[in-house]
Amino acid sequence: MKVKSALLLLIFTIATVLTGCEPLMVLDPKGPQARRQAHDIILSIGIMSFIVIVVFAILIYVLIKYRESRQSPDYEPPHIEGNKWVEILCVGIPIIIVTYFSIVSVQSNYIVEAKPKGYEDKAPLVIYASSSDWKWHFSYPEENIETVNYLYIPTDRPIEFKLYSYGPITSFWIPQLGGQKYAMSDMITTLHLAADEPGELMGRNANFSGKGFAENMFNVTAMSEKDFDKWVKDVMKTAKPLTKEEFNKLLKPGHYGQMTFTGTHLGFNPPPEHHHSGAATEKNSNSDESNMDMNMDMDMSDHQNHE
Amino acid sequence: MEFFERFAIPNPSIAIYASMVAIGLTVFAIIAGLSYFKKWGYLWREWLTTVDHKRIGIMYLFSALIMLFRGGVDAIMMRVQLAVPDNKLLDAQHYNEIFSTHGVIMVMFMAMPFIFAFMNFVVPLQIGARDVAFPRLNALSFWLFFFGAMLFNISFVVGGSPDAGWTSYFPLAGNEFSPSVGTNYYMIAIQISGIGSLMTGINMITTIFKMRAPGMTLMKMPMFTWSVLVTNLIIVTVFPVITVALAMGTMDRLFGTYFFTTTNGGMDMLWANLFWVWGHPEVYILILPAFGLYSEIISTFSGRNLYGYKSMVASMVIISALACMVWAHHFFTMGQGALANSFFSITTMMIAVPTGVKIFNWLFTLWKGKIRYTVPMLYSLGFIPLFVIGGMTGVMLAMSAADYQYHNTMFLVAHFHNTIIPGVVFAMLAGLTYYWPKMFGFMLNERIGNWAFWFLSIGFCLAFFPMYITGLDGQARRMYTYSEATGYGPLNMVSFVGAGIMAISFALIVYNIYYSIRYSPRNISADPWDARSLEWATHTPVPEYNFVIEPQVASSEAFWDAKKKGHELFSGKPEKIHMPNNSGLPFIMSAIFFIWGFSMIFSLWIPVIISTIAIFACMLYRSFEKDHGHYISVEEIDETEIKLRGVN
Amino acid sequence: MKVDHSLPLEYSTKQNGRNIFGFWVFLAAEIMLFATLFTSYFTLEHRVGHGSSGAEIFEMTPVVIETLILLTSSFTVGLAVHAMRIGNKKAMAAFFVITLFLGLGFLGFEIDEFMTYIHEGASLQTSAFTAILMTTLGTHGAHVTFGLFWGTAILMQIKKNGLTTETANKSFIFSLYWHFLDVVWIFIFSFIYLKGMM
Repeated sequence: MKVKSALLLLIFTIATVLTGCEPLMVLDPKGPQARRQAHDIILSIGIMSFIVIVVFAILIYVLIKYRESRQSPDYEPPHIEGNKWVEILCVGIPIIIVTYFSIVSVQSNYIVEAKPKGYEDKAPLVIYASSSDWKWHFSYPEENIETVNYLYIPTDRPIEFKLYSYGPITSFWIPQLGGQKYAMSDMITTLHLAADEPGELMGRNANFSGKGFAENMFNVTAMSEKDFDKWVKDVMKTAKPLTKEEFNKLLKPGHYGQMTFTGTHLGFNPPPEHHHSGAATEKNSNSDESNMDMNMDMDMSDHQNHE
Repeated sequence: MEFFERFAIPNPSIAIYASMVAIGLTVFAIIAGLSYFKKWGYLWREWLTTVDHKRIGIMYLFSALIMLFRGGVDAIMMRVQLAVPDNKLLDAQHYNEIFSTHGVIMVMFMAMPFIFAFMNFVVPLQIGARDVAFPRLNALSFWLFFFGAMLFNISFVVGGSPDAGWTSYFPLAGNEFSPSVGTNYYMIAIQISGIGSLMTGINMITTIFKMRAPGMTLMKMPMFTWSVLVTNLIIVTVFPVITVALAMGTMDRLFGTYFFTTTNGGMDMLWANLFWVWGHPEVYILILPAFGLYSEIISTFSGRNLYGYKSMVASMVIISALACMVWAHHFFTMGQGALANSFFSITTMMIAVPTGVKIFNWLFTLWKGKIRYTVPMLYSLGFIPLFVIGGMTGVMLAMSAADYQYHNTMFLVAHFHNTIIPGVVFAMLAGLTYYWPKMFGFMLNERIGNWAFWFLSIGFCLAFFPMYITGLDGQARRMYTYSEATGYGPLNMVSFVGAGIMAISFALIVYNIYYSIRYSPRNISADPWDARSLEWATHTPVPEYNFVIEPQVASSEAFWDAKKKGHELFSGKPEKIHMPNNSGLPFIMSAIFFIWGFSMIFSLWIPVIISTIAIFACMLYRSFEKDHGHYISVEEIDETEIKLRGVN
Repeated sequence: MKVDHSLPLEYSTKQNGRNIFGFWVFLAAEIMLFATLFTSYFTLEHRVGHGSSGAEIFEMTPVVIETLILLTSSFTVGLAVHAMRIGNKKAMAAFFVITLFLGLGFLGFEIDEFMTYIHEGASLQTSAFTAILMTTLGTHGAHVTFGLFWGTAILMQIKKNGLTTETANKSFIFSLYWHFLDVVWIFIFSFIYLKGMM
């Protein structure tokens, strides 16, 4: 067992070295949500390691002290049924740890489903992120522009992503800004993120969706508000408008590069929500459409709701 | 010939064509061999029609080992493909098929039969019974599993493999996004096998409640039997859920219904929920018998009683109850919101408490013991630290907000392999080595077993620990490749090396079986490990009727007390013993299920109707059958006993 | 086979006791099966797509008739078991036959109900709601159908072999099955039809 522990230590060392001393993406947060999640991760590693070390220590101790070769041949191991105090300890300490983690976990749950800390008093930028095999369409209803497979976002403003899918369930994930959330075809999910500083970030679909899944990635560029507004103006000036025919072509399975359009598809191909308004700020941003409203007709062409 | 086009593989490759040839040759070799050595009669009489729990257990065992090989080959292919960035060995389609079949085979057709093998062989012996409550049903369970597995296994050469993951989420698994019959194989083969599992659940529960030897109260049962009881209670509770889910999935794909579709009211999230309501308890179905085996083995090779019997039982009951209340942790990110996630996060973390109790109880069993480092003990000792790490990452994953980062990454893949391999696979290999002498009358070679254990442990760590890191660095699961720029290359290469080392260990295990068959001495004791429970109070090989006289039990370690305290297990005179007859009906009925399943998969409706009628005809035949078994006379018993006692 | 004459015939051997116990376990699994169907029903109940809702297609009359028939058949199978307990083979067989005929009647009405739905445009392939509705009702109906065949087989065995430990055991187990189907129907009546028509 000693050999084992040493080996494990060696493995972890190798692994750390092999990662090139660059921090892992999830542990290199660039936004408040990711920071909270990284905090939870490090906290849980720390506390759970304590349990792991205790178990390892007891194990190594008993394995060495009570091995058969170390004892007299006529040693009769005693019959021990149990010990109340030992058991209280072995149940009590884990309960305390689990209780603590539960509190942290519940707190974090509400944090990640709300506007990011420090950004509460700013109006969120709403972006509809929809996936079709194997690309992402990003619609900016406020700015009336749409991009494919790349995102420009401003720093200093909370972003409210409205996620849905035109096909299989996908998962919208920008590791350095925060966690992922599923994008599905019969409802909209909301993901609250914010970027603290300008930079290039990786984004991808994290939920297996078929043949083109591995390449289903997108670039994210965070920039100052000024630069973001400038970019929007540039797009308005130079990009083609998005027509229904063009969008239907885009919906077909395939890999497309990055594209930019003026206008969005939200008008002629509305997302699966009961309000067809663009801005979501009047709805409670604290929890997303979680109590799934079943009265939804997915058919895009008519807007009737059957009760 | 248009009719036959449906059986063509939509995405063939050289490997698939080679496999077709290999399968054909193997089938031919088996048929030729059986005919040449005139063993058809033997096969039919002794194995295909047996209702003996011991024989059925052995058949489950070898099926599991064969499936371990198939699932392992899938794993090696994946690891080779991912060893370097931008690898062109497998394209996306083939990779998708491989990881989907890897998952289904390992969970449904390797791990399940492995635990059923030990449940079947050991439990009746441990409780002092002659067989299970429903021996005929038991045989049916096995053959349904076998034919379900066979059906699934031919998918890659006939029609195409499933390729939507072992979780087969809709709408990906629907007709629009998975047009090949692959997902039909998934829905139907698992369904057939699942019916067998449900029957085992009913069988084991009845056996344990109704057939214990006199004096064996529930709180005097061996811990493995307790684990089997709790496991089968879970099986009976959750297998009907997957039955319904698979039926709905089948109907969506074959009959144009709208359960999980994107239009007309269909709800893809319903599949995810139903699947995991079954799926999470399923992994506890796998681990609890493993825990039971560890309890037996650690106790035996410490020379001590199991510490904390009552809390061991209570912890398994609590674990199984909680296991049914955590399923949403498999999709924290599906948008149900903070409240629901909080509930499931807390219930998930709570499972750590009873599990921790078990770990500590095992440690305290080692305390003041007399520890022998046999191969089964090595696996059990290796399990403790490795599984605890896996459990630690489980608590990490349970924090739902953090899970938004871990979900669907390699971190998750590392976690569940970290619990299943040291948890379930180690236990199965420990059990294999532990019970082998009772099953076959000779020991597996200790030295080779030793090497296999170390190769497996080290290989496992090398293969899976790097995945924790690449997962945190953004490598999602089920990606057939990654670019060099991501930097995942070096750690994936380490994983590949680890997988190779694991492959060596499995080769050593197979070699061990061959070597031991050839060289192991056959005149071993009936109690080679100096064990503590009733299954070791039998002769080796165990006679058809298990015990001549029903044992009288007075403690939870009946055999140990008989050896050490002189408690008398068997008193009285032998009487004639009633045993069930063999029957070909389970085999035949399951074979018809195979035809039914195959016909459903390929929408061959006339054969479906005919085979459905045939299945019900079998049931009708069984209903009218007058088969009251046979008696083994006292003279026969005496003869057998003298022969066996002479051996050991 | 040791027969314990202090117990009712259907319990009187060890294997008989196991059979009955095992069947209760099976019924527990069946409860889970129908629970899953009901849960799915409540989830999909209002997802009617382009098709009709329950309120639009459910009709009181056939449903009430089906309920009365099935409840009565549960009563008659109870009478059959009672007759069996007091050793009256003729009465038992008679009540058994009545039970099976009532079951057949139930099926007749249910098939007619389904045909009506289909003619009204609510078929299995119309929407998520119709799919789960028909699957739940259909699963129950399939169980009733299986029961008719099973019950007939048992009846034939009673006619041929009389009331033995085996036929008594099978009959009792069949009665458990039949009662169970009745209980499921009560849930169907309350939570599918009544609730849908409110």
